[in-house]
Amino acid sequence: MLNPYQPYPVRIDEIITETEDRVLKTFKFVFLNPEDEEKFSYKAGQFAELSVTGQGEIPIGIASSPTEKGFIKFTVNKTGKVTSYLHQMKVGDIMGVRGPLGNSYPWEVLEGKSVVIIGGGFAFTTLRSSIVHMLANRDKFKDIHVIYGARSPGLLLYQDELKAWEAAGDINMHITVDGTDDPDWKYNVGFVPTITEQKAPPADDDTYAIVCGPPIMIRFTQPVLDKLGYAHDHIINSLEKRMKCGIGLCGRCNIGDKFVCKDGPVFTLEQLNTIPSE
Amino acid sequence: MKVVKIDQKSWEEGLKKLYGAFRLIGPVKEGETGKFKVLEEGEMPDLSIQNTHLSAKSVVYSQSQVMFKYDLNENNKDHHIMKTIEEDATPQVLLAVRPCDAAAFLIAKKNFDNPDYRDPYWCETYEKTVMVGFACNNPGSTCFCTSTGIGPYSEKGLDVILIENGEDLLVKAITEKGEKLIGKTGWKTEADPGVIETLKQEAEAKISSVVDTNMIEKKSTKELFEAPFWEDVAFACINCSTCTFSCPTCWCFDIQDENLGDSGKRIRNWDSCMSPLFTLEGSGHNPRPVKFQRVRQRFMHKLKYYVDKYEDGIQCVGCGRCIKLCPVNIDIRNVSQKMNNYNP
Repeated sequence: MLNPYQPYPVRIDEIITETEDRVLKTFKFVFLNPEDEEKFSYKAGQFAELSVTGQGEIPIGIASSPTEKGFIKFTVNKTGKVTSYLHQMKVGDIMGVRGPLGNSYPWEVLEGKSVVIIGGGFAFTTLRSSIVHMLANRDKFKDIHVIYGARSPGLLLYQDELKAWEAAGDINMHITVDGTDDPDWKYNVGFVPTITEQKAPPADDDTYAIVCGPPIMIRFTQPVLDKLGYAHDHIINSLEKRMKCGIGLCGRCNIGDKFVCKDGPVFTLEQLNTIPSE
Repeated sequence: MKVVKIDQKSWEEGLKKLYGAFRLIGPVKEGETGKFKVLEEGEMPDLSIQNTHLSAKSVVYSQSQVMFKYDLNENNKDHHIMKTIEEDATPQVLLAVRPCDAAAFLIAKKNFDNPDYRDPYWCETYEKTVMVGFACNNPGSTCFCTSTGIGPYSEKGLDVILIENGEDLLVKAITEKGEKLIGKTGWKTEADPGVIETLKQEAEAKISSVVDTNMIEKKSTKELFEAPFWEDVAFACINCSTCTFSCPTCWCFDIQDENLGDSGKRIRNWDSCMSPLFTLEGSGHNPRPVKFQRVRQRFMHKLKYYVDKYEDGIQCVGCGRCIKLCPVNIDIRNVSQKMNNYNP
């Protein structure tokens, strides 16, 4: 019988420290068995359980896009037992990846539409996957806006790529920081909700917002989206919970009768309004 | 399917014939009640036990299940790669399981054997187990199985059912798997099945607890969730998790890696939503930090979320263990009534 708990063995191919506080690292994994890469066919928005042998597993959003071949990338925040151990691992180390898990952003719905991505802090990982995916399929989407903020310039993820996307001109980038004393900072200064109010396009039937960030950002961005007229079924969120199995069997990540690992992590705000507020 | 009649001697001889080809598991006395254990040669299941202390779920769903083994020594081949363990393929017979515990396996099966994912450990053990049930002629005071869609003579989830009729045991085959098993025992004396219906009705009449749950599915999830009685219900709870561990239909689990020197195992253990650690996130945030939220989760899951998801009744078989064992007398029958009658 196929064992859904068994991870694909992978090797760490590259580790990049993303942020100046060294708390976020991007890991690039290569599958030990090439046929596993095909089995791991995924869509932007999904996550995987990173299995650190002897320590445990952690559910992390996939930061690479399915259009990038030969590897998968994850950006991991050092916060607990498994992530701390992972942060000390080296290029060449062996571990496991289980997935892809969860539902993705609703790409069939988003095709042909305008997409406004609103991200904060290190929740930006699956948003990177989405942006790379959209840029590789640019003609399938109308306008693309990205509003992404962090506390300071050194805490932004994927800094080189952010600049490259802005320079390319295919999408509207609105990078912001809460505050900075860097005189050469040429982007916005202000909280994500504030910049959203200034720069996000007004709502219409063909415009969808994907919102992903810390609870406080989401709480203050929602009134802005309401003011701009975004309908709740046009606002897409990605949730997080403590997870173990990642496949809807262990019972711990539920909100009402929905499992964040299996029925989510992507939910529209309309769906979230119908389930208990946990 | 046929019904045969056996006496004490045939019962013993039949089980002796099965021993060797099957692992036999049955209830034996322990303290005031009993527990399920693997029977030694000649050891008989104790049919006088009304119901075991803990449910029979551990026969299919081990409390601790090794999932994988791994080697942490970087000099060895395949180090750090999760390896599956050898499957224990010995077929087993679960003897004298009560209809409530047997029906509970069908409930758990909805979780572990679904169209999207199958848990190989649960499914393989379930498939190799022959379920031989034992009808209840004397239900307990906290039993309410007739309110959960089954009853003391329910055949749900069983391959064979044993019915005590005076000094004899009636043995009724329910499935082909059950017929095959009876074929191996040599039990042949046919019996008239007519008496079973009478015995069944007598047993059902002895169940004094009736619980209404039919209105819960029609109620709004959000309204039930925000009902004011949860704090009251949870007041005395000490989050000891006894209810969860003794319950035949509770299935939540945890996964842990345990290392010893250079090697280790990934293990699945029973877990409980009563524990504050259950939902604790890496950031330190806990969506259910307060006790009543966890108590609410357990009852909402068993009586509402499961109902909405599977549309096949509640996630409870009325075995009454949680009522008997809860140290602070929280009673699922009362909670069910509160939910059933709630109108905001």
